[in-house]
Amino acid sequence: MLVALPIIGREVRLASRRPMDALSALFFFVAVGSLFPLGVGPDAALLTAIGPGVVWVAALLAVLISLHRLFLPDLEDGTLEQLLLAPRSLTGIVGAKVAAHWLLTCLPLVIVAPLMGLQFGLLPQAVGVLLLSLLLGTPTLVLLGALGAALTLGLRGNVLLALIVLPICVPVLIFGSGAVSSTQQGLQAGPHLSLLGACLLVAGVLCPWAIGAALRLAVE
Amino acid sequence: MSRPGMDTLQRIDATAAPRGAGSKGWRRLASPLAFHAWAGRALPWFAGLAAVLAVAGLYVGFVVAPTDRQQGEVYRIIFIHVPAAWMSMFIYLVAAGHAAMGLAFHTRLSPLMARALAPTGALFTVIALWTGAAWGKPTWGAWWVWDARLTSELILLFLYLGYLGLVSAIDDPRRADRGGAIVLLAGVVNVPIIYFSVQWWNTLHQGASVSLTAAPAMAHTMLAGMLLMALACWAYSIAVALARVRCLIMEREMLARQWS
Amino acid sequence: MFSGLSFNAAPGDVLQVRGANGAGKSSLLRLLCGLLPAARGSVHWRGRAVTPGDAALATDTAYMAHAGGMNGELSVNENLRFALQLAGGGASPAHAAHNDEVLQRLQLSAQRHTPVHRLSQGQQRRLALARVLLSRRTLWLLDEPCAGLDAQGDAAFAQCLAEHAARGGIAVVTTHHAIDTGTACTRTLDMDQLEPHAGCPPDHRP
Repeated sequence: MLVALPIIGREVRLASRRPMDALSALFFFVAVGSLFPLGVGPDAALLTAIGPGVVWVAALLAVLISLHRLFLPDLEDGTLEQLLLAPRSLTGIVGAKVAAHWLLTCLPLVIVAPLMGLQFGLLPQAVGVLLLSLLLGTPTLVLLGALGAALTLGLRGNVLLALIVLPICVPVLIFGSGAVSSTQQGLQAGPHLSLLGACLLVAGVLCPWAIGAALRLAVE
Repeated sequence: MSRPGMDTLQRIDATAAPRGAGSKGWRRLASPLAFHAWAGRALPWFAGLAAVLAVAGLYVGFVVAPTDRQQGEVYRIIFIHVPAAWMSMFIYLVAAGHAAMGLAFHTRLSPLMARALAPTGALFTVIALWTGAAWGKPTWGAWWVWDARLTSELILLFLYLGYLGLVSAIDDPRRADRGGAIVLLAGVVNVPIIYFSVQWWNTLHQGASVSLTAAPAMAHTMLAGMLLMALACWAYSIAVALARVRCLIMEREMLARQWS
Repeated sequence: MFSGLSFNAAPGDVLQVRGANGAGKSSLLRLLCGLLPAARGSVHWRGRAVTPGDAALATDTAYMAHAGGMNGELSVNENLRFALQLAGGGASPAHAAHNDEVLQRLQLSAQRHTPVHRLSQGQQRRLALARVLLSRRTLWLLDEPCAGLDAQGDAAFAQCLAEHAARGGIAVVTTHHAIDTGTACTRTLDMDQLEPHAGCPPDHRP
């Protein structure tokens, strides 16, 4: 795991050189979350009902639009080839890149999400569950999104990426927003959160290997 | 700077790796060219079988089976809808199985079979969704309901389209095959999760969904009709997949000849 | 792409690969380092057949592609530090002194803190070469290393190549013009004819 620190450090340094790029996901998240009340109207009960779903969809879309920054710059400047040729475990390298991407893209979302939850009128315990569900769910979204990004690396157009990533992210979306909705209605969120955790475990074990295989294919 | 060992060698050997010697029986069919010939002979049989079964199934479904007490004549759409839905999921599993074989054993034919099956699977998914909507309007009063099965069918359609989009967008055949296999397998892990998760989610909102299996207990003729149609769809799928895989085999052969 | 190619390389060999555009020179290098799988045939390193992703080959190889492998936003120092950390290199004071010496030789000392996207193409090429030099690998696979280099850069590169060969390293270099490596045993491989012809008797190893 020694390779993780230089990679994460490099990604953070790059993000600090181009902060607007790095924060674009956050801006998009806030924008989508704010557009829904404007579009749907100020009915408080309605907004509370759709709140969990809206926040989760906004998080999913924000992850989706940030995926092009994950591997494409490295492909273009030749760093990806050097990463593949490094005498290190490719799974470890991929894991480090995905972790760095999560830190830079999703951690701001997770921090801002409670504010958005309050905006939609969620109960305090529901906001807490929202935070927890995003903490558990966004790493899975990033892992699955990275898989899609690696498979479509270098191909023209972004539609294919969305078409591949969105269906496989649906369970996480359903469990995540389900956890918050059930808390809002006074039910248990435990089962949903456990399922989120299970998804994270499965994705965490299977995805880095698959992403590495897809990157090798992309570079051939 | 240390001197590297004296046994340092680097060599590219261009002698062609010997082709797998012709093995007997079913293993012989693993070679694309042998399969191409066999598929050409098998194709008319499956096509004929599909036609016969379809005629029989439609006859049983639309003529022999009795009118339903509650839904009237419109329930007959079940003879197309249910077999299509079954096939859409079954074909996905078979395609994913081929994908896994191709990744694990590097068989040349497996990715081609997956590619041949996927469009038919997508077609059945569309038929299932379309006939489902056509059935839903008269019975529930709505074209679409966010029911467990409908939603999972819709997601299945997107999984098919994603796979087909990816394999057609990539020019390099090896990358297309293996990348497509990864996508199929990522989706197959997903399919039972989607189905059950939407069910769990819906149970929190009581009364929001109507289960499709709440149809009345079936008369034997209805069941027979459905099974006949299901077998007809199965035979049709095989026939069409064989035809498609023959084209793909020819394409790959021509591509390989270009480079050698 | 190409076929019918077979050659050996021993310590101290410099193999210069020539050929018209599109002959497959870059593909040959990618095949050798394991990025590209061979449709037929095999690559052997230290007597063992290697597959893409082979760790033993990765430990011994330094590959320089058309793209330098350097990120434009980071400075020369930051890029080199990352590349060396990735390659498993150390950051001890002895290493630092060596790094300075190499940068000096390639005339990049003054640009240590400059972002790479502000360097000229020749300077970026020299930076990629610095990475190869600093990684201390046995096998160098260099794709058009002299592209964009001035006469001084050409001379410095030829000298580096000669020293590498003298230390017992192997280099496979694609190039459009002959590189004078002095006393190093240089062979030329012409992709257009696909017949390696020796510049001096090749050293055969079993």
